[in-house]
Amino acid sequence: MQPESTNGIRRLTTLLKSTGGPWAALVVLLLVCCISNEHFRSVQNLVNITRQVSYSGLIALGMTFVIAGGGIDLSVGSLLAFSGVISILGMNAVPGSETLAVAVAAVIAVALGAAGGAANGALVALGKVPPFIATLGTLVIFRSLALYFGNSGLVSSENEVYREIGGAVIGGIPLPVWILLILTVVLSLVLKRTRLGRHICAVGSNERVARYAAIRTGLVKFYTYLIAGTTAGISALLFGGRLNSVSSTSAGLSYELDAIAAVIIGGSSMNGGKASVWGTLAGILILGIVSNVLDMWGISVTLQGTVKGLVIIIAVMMQRKTLK
Amino acid sequence: MESELLLRTEGVRKSFEGTPVLSGISLELRAGEILGLVGENGAGKSTFVKCLLGLHRPDSGSITFLGRDLLRTGPAGIAAIPQEFNLVKDLTVAENIFLGREPGRFGFLNRSLMRSESRRLLQKLDVEIDPERKIDSLSVAEKQMVEIAKALSVDCRLLIMDEPTTVLNQKESAILFRIMRELKAGGTSILFISHRLEEIRTICDRVAVLRDGVLVSCDPAESLDAMEIARRMVGRELKQMFPPTVPPSGPPLLTVENLSSGKEVKHVSFELQAGITGLAGLAGAGRTELAETICALRKRSSGSVKLAGETLHLRKPADALAHGIVYLSEDRQGSGILTEFPLDRNVTLSSLRRYCHAGIINREAERACAESYVKKFRIKTASLETELKYLSGGNQQKVALAKCLDNCPRVFLFDEPTRGVDIGARSDLYEFIRELAASGVACLLISSDLEEIIGMCDRVLVMRAGELAGTLEKEHVTEEEIMYLATGVN
Ligand SMILES: Nc1ncnc2c1ncn2[C@@H]1O[C@H](COP(=O)(O)OP(=O)(O)OP(=O)(O)O)[C@@H](O)[C@H]1O
Ligand SMILES: [Mg+2]
Repeated sequence: MQPESTNGIRRLTTLLKSTGGPWAALVVLLLVCCISNEHFRSVQNLVNITRQVSYSGLIALGMTFVIAGGGIDLSVGSLLAFSGVISILGMNAVPGSETLAVAVAAVIAVALGAAGGAANGALVALGKVPPFIATLGTLVIFRSLALYFGNSGLVSSENEVYREIGGAVIGGIPLPVWILLILTVVLSLVLKRTRLGRHICAVGSNERVARYAAIRTGLVKFYTYLIAGTTAGISALLFGGRLNSVSSTSAGLSYELDAIAAVIIGGSSMNGGKASVWGTLAGILILGIVSNVLDMWGISVTLQGTVKGLVIIIAVMMQRKTLK
Repeated sequence: MESELLLRTEGVRKSFEGTPVLSGISLELRAGEILGLVGENGAGKSTFVKCLLGLHRPDSGSITFLGRDLLRTGPAGIAAIPQEFNLVKDLTVAENIFLGREPGRFGFLNRSLMRSESRRLLQKLDVEIDPERKIDSLSVAEKQMVEIAKALSVDCRLLIMDEPTTVLNQKESAILFRIMRELKAGGTSILFISHRLEEIRTICDRVAVLRDGVLVSCDPAESLDAMEIARRMVGRELKQMFPPTVPPSGPPLLTVENLSSGKEVKHVSFELQAGITGLAGLAGAGRTELAETICALRKRSSGSVKLAGETLHLRKPADALAHGIVYLSEDRQGSGILTEFPLDRNVTLSSLRRYCHAGIINREAERACAESYVKKFRIKTASLETELKYLSGGNQQKVALAKCLDNCPRVFLFDEPTRGVDIGARSDLYEFIRELAASGVACLLISSDLEEIIGMCDRVLVMRAGELAGTLEKEHVTEEEIMYLATGVN
């Protein structure tokens, strides 16, 4: 066996290998942007970036679990819109206390997110529907429900408490960013340190082996979708509070793609089995910085997709290199 | 007259991350010669083979094949049966056999030719496998046969076989040997790796012995006996192979009644007591399927399973495990271990609950457990964090066994427990199984190696075509009687 010191170094290198790449890339990107653009490096702008990415970032955290378990969830963006719409409608229906109304909305958003995730999980685990197809179906369903209940338009509230919470800044950092950070810490521990997290990776790595090891593979997969749905619900609640409204047509649109991209850039394996929640956080920040910088350079939003796509492809190619 | 020199390696060295695995291998192979390659688990046999196949690049040394520098020209003219199956599980048998060199006509696949060719190759091996079946649905022995057929379908001068017989029984091995002799007569050379030293002695012309990456000897097979080969492999005197048997005794622990599953298992009833019971049969007799049905890994269509007199309602594998019924799969990489997972996490894969408090894993305890198995089974690994794909086949097998053992089984169904394990380690494992049985665990030993069954068991169940053909006790446990029950012919 290895002596302790080299053991420590080995652990550090494996940690760096699994999460270091994306963080190193993030630091380099940050330095380059800070040096090259003075507007970029203003504290206000940096805070703005983190706020902007926090909504899809929360979803990306959940997506990390689904991908770690060998699945994919395309429905999370629609689920955000759906639970956002319903929670604001629910909030508006509560008479009297505004605080109580927000509490009701919070419960609705998170519960609906979880329920949507559970539906995905049931389809995949019990119905044995391939994840891509199951969640493509629910993507369409959730969006359609959002449009139906939101009358294909904006659903807004006049709740001042909600607006305050949505725009709250604590210690200079917006509330959604705090929640993103806290959930990153918690979910990273869940993935790396708990039995559930280990089982998720085992199922993603080789489902048959996991089954032979008496792991309840269906249940484990179910949990991954449940987690993803719940993060979508949490994201919906914070997202609605930002402007005190949710657009049933555009809220959460293509968030699932940002989330998947963040997971990949963060170094998780698309085949499942290997994933890092911290890596995903780096991934989502990289995506946020790239689009912010492109904004500053005045590159049209329509063309930004091209750059994002290139970032994803390059990130994956670089990972392939280091693996070899 | 000496026949033509086919392959010559000189001073082939290879190390991984500073650890030398091959330290200068110099070998010669003549046309029409069968060279046996033996050595302990992790001695470097597979690594040497991978160097010949261009899958690893040697750090130094030269390899000449048919007078050309193989490292430059590539391994054209060499066919190989790899130690770990290299089959695409969603494709059919025929598609796998012709993978990458499909016969075509006007850009379309010539499916009928692929089918008929595959059928002819499999017939030559005397196995009944429909070329249209998906690889996923095959048993391990059948997969092995497909790998062999695939290698035979290639026109080659050198055939490399990395442990092709580990999951085959005597009859199947005998067919393989017949084909090897035919190839030899046709001038094809064979590099043959096996841990079954008797077969090495009978089929090979010369035997090369590797120890820790060093070629310790390369002598004609007739000048060696199995004991001598083993001595050279491990570098010390070996003790008795099989420990004293532990005859089944006491009240029945596991009672299987009228168990059926599809067409594979038909109305099987038997009892297991504490001690070692053997389960023999030909490939496809349903031994693996029987064990899998007991553990709820496979749907049962009728019958019941009782543990210590109590009927169990086993719906999922976790139920069986919860009652202490543990199954070691014969399909190491297919269902036994996670090759992309580190060693320690493989060991605790199914017993993780024991290392958790409120769902949180205690890494210290987990590592300590893995370390104890590494010591106990002398698993050769760089560290506890090493991913299993970097371990040699036999060492992976030991991890698979450790994973099952860590559940403190009451009933242990071993399916080919010593698959790919070297002779020295094998006798350690036998001793270990004996201790387990003596401590009151009911062990069912499924093996295609009759010698192993006869050496370890006082009581043997024999299956034929999904049914229990009979039970043999004590002095009736002989090769003839087992084969009679297994085949139904004298
Ligand atoms: N890609 C790799 N990276 C690091 N180490 C490796 C790699 N491949 C093999 N090894 C190490 O090299 C040693 C020799 O392995 P090899 O597979 O050649 O053994 P073997 O003789 O075939 O054993 P077995 O009888 O168990 O199949 C082992 O200790 C193994 O851990
Ligand atoms: Mg090997």
